[in-house]
Amino acid sequence: MTVQALTSFRAREHHRFEAAGKPFVYLVPSAAIYELDDTADAVLRTTAQRACTRDDLLDALGDRDGLDSTVADLLRVQAIAHVDQPTPQTPKIIPLAPFPLTTMVLNVTNQCNLSCTYCYEYGEDKIVDTENGRQPKFMSEETARQSVEFVLKESGTNPAAHITFFGGETLMNFPVLQKTIGYARARAAELGKTVDFSLTTNATLLKPEIIEFLADNDVGVTVSIDGPREVQDKFRVFNNGTGSYDVVAPKIRELLRRHRSRPIGARVTLTSANLDVTRIFRHLTEDIGFWEVGFAPVTTSPDRAHAIGDGGYDRMLAQFRDLAGEFLEASVANRHHGFSNVKETLEELHKGVSKAFPCGAGLGLLGVATDGDVALCHRFAGSDTHKVGTVRDGIDRAAQQTFLERHHIANKTDCSVCWARPLCSGGCYHEAHTRYGDTTHANLHYCEWIRGWTDVCLKIYGELSVRNPGFLAQFDREPMTEKIS
Amino acid sequence: MTHLKPVNRKAVRIDEATAPDVVALQRTALPLLPHFPIGCSLVFSPGWEADRTGGTAGLCQPVERDLFDCHIGCYWPAQVPDQLNHAPDWTAKCAAAQKDWRKIDLVFP
Repeated sequence: MTVQALTSFRAREHHRFEAAGKPFVYLVPSAAIYELDDTADAVLRTTAQRACTRDDLLDALGDRDGLDSTVADLLRVQAIAHVDQPTPQTPKIIPLAPFPLTTMVLNVTNQCNLSCTYCYEYGEDKIVDTENGRQPKFMSEETARQSVEFVLKESGTNPAAHITFFGGETLMNFPVLQKTIGYARARAAELGKTVDFSLTTNATLLKPEIIEFLADNDVGVTVSIDGPREVQDKFRVFNNGTGSYDVVAPKIRELLRRHRSRPIGARVTLTSANLDVTRIFRHLTEDIGFWEVGFAPVTTSPDRAHAIGDGGYDRMLAQFRDLAGEFLEASVANRHHGFSNVKETLEELHKGVSKAFPCGAGLGLLGVATDGDVALCHRFAGSDTHKVGTVRDGIDRAAQQTFLERHHIANKTDCSVCWARPLCSGGCYHEAHTRYGDTTHANLHYCEWIRGWTDVCLKIYGELSVRNPGFLAQFDREPMTEKIS
Repeated sequence: MTHLKPVNRKAVRIDEATAPDVVALQRTALPLLPHFPIGCSLVFSPGWEADRTGGTAGLCQPVERDLFDCHIGCYWPAQVPDQLNHAPDWTAKCAAAQKDWRKIDLVFP
């Protein structure tokens, strides 16, 4: 009698998938991806169903070569384990303070010239009163300068910092934006650092001088736009209800023509009335000319008419899957494809990120309100409840620590049994706050969608690893970027 | 590893981190054996009936010795009298366990 004969093995948490005709496994929580040979696949599948001794495996799989070494390999990467080995608890490790700040999102104004009915900042689900609240409507030059000092100081030993301008409609405060960029460049140079800029805009206020400035200063631009005219004009309207498509389309074309120093992306909000992903994508890339397009479901409480229900998430996933298939074929042929959602997920899969927190909010990313209050991210800017300091007094370390303690993945019981948690980690705090009134809540309304989407991306990743591994090597060169939406 | 091919960067790192080191007398193809105890359990916890090879050869033997060695601190293999408080003379007639074990009698409270 041997140990192997007595010991039972059982598969640990994983997600098996097939790509390019081969079996793969995504291990949880390590986020490692392995391609399996036939024996490894058979052992994994058998032990996923029940605990097996070596004899059980022999019975089930027949006497095949390499069974013992396969078991050894699977044990080594913890794809399977002895049944009597307890599954380790997720270690709750809170990063040491001061954690360097990578990205600061500067809400240079909380005013907007559009009245998009679904907007999280002004719509029915808003958390800050931007009309009568105590925050100024525009950030002052002084506050912006203090914010620059803040980000340069809090970036610690990082050689680079990133500033994203946000709103409201960012360009409503273009004068301050312009001066801030000049000031930040000068101050960063004095400190031997570099600083990089980007902004999000609805494109209504773009004009030649502004476009010129953005191009000359290498400012990354993301345009919020929902698609062709009738789609865009459904929600993205001016105060008087008229659509904005005819105003923005020529301005965007001008921007794309002149601004060539950085790829320019579109950011689309999907709603129950606006789920035609493929058509929107075609329009924005082929008719308008965006380099890439990213989609995000609208953030809203579930009872709003534009909220996406279960059926909507299924439809969205089916369309994402089609578009991702196009992305795959283009990438195999080394052609560019602008579906940015899939690229971002592939990058995270490639690196094998296993997140303790869903995003960098409150950690490497902070949002600054017009009065200089620092919040978890731009979506909470101006909210006293989610404040973690001011640009003048620095980060409130105690508040930050409490936030991190409360939001660690180890606290999210719902997520502890989900194989997609290395990537999702419970999802957006702001989404959770809007849906459940609680930032610590896991976003259970889109779990199926996240798992479905992660599965789609894993399959694409597996295909690329077999058919064009050179494509994936780009992620080894590029520094990881955080998208702001 | 011959049966798994690391694909993403995390997998490569795990592969490197868990590569078996060269160890003298390395004897098994299973580098991550669970720990099977050789001695007695730490506290009052019956239940291990197999030794580290999966057999019974390495268990406390013979049972006579076992009775003597284990009866104060250990439960297994049988309930024995409380020699500290109620039956201090329980083993008085048993000078050598292998020979005299039959002289150990039942004790009634």
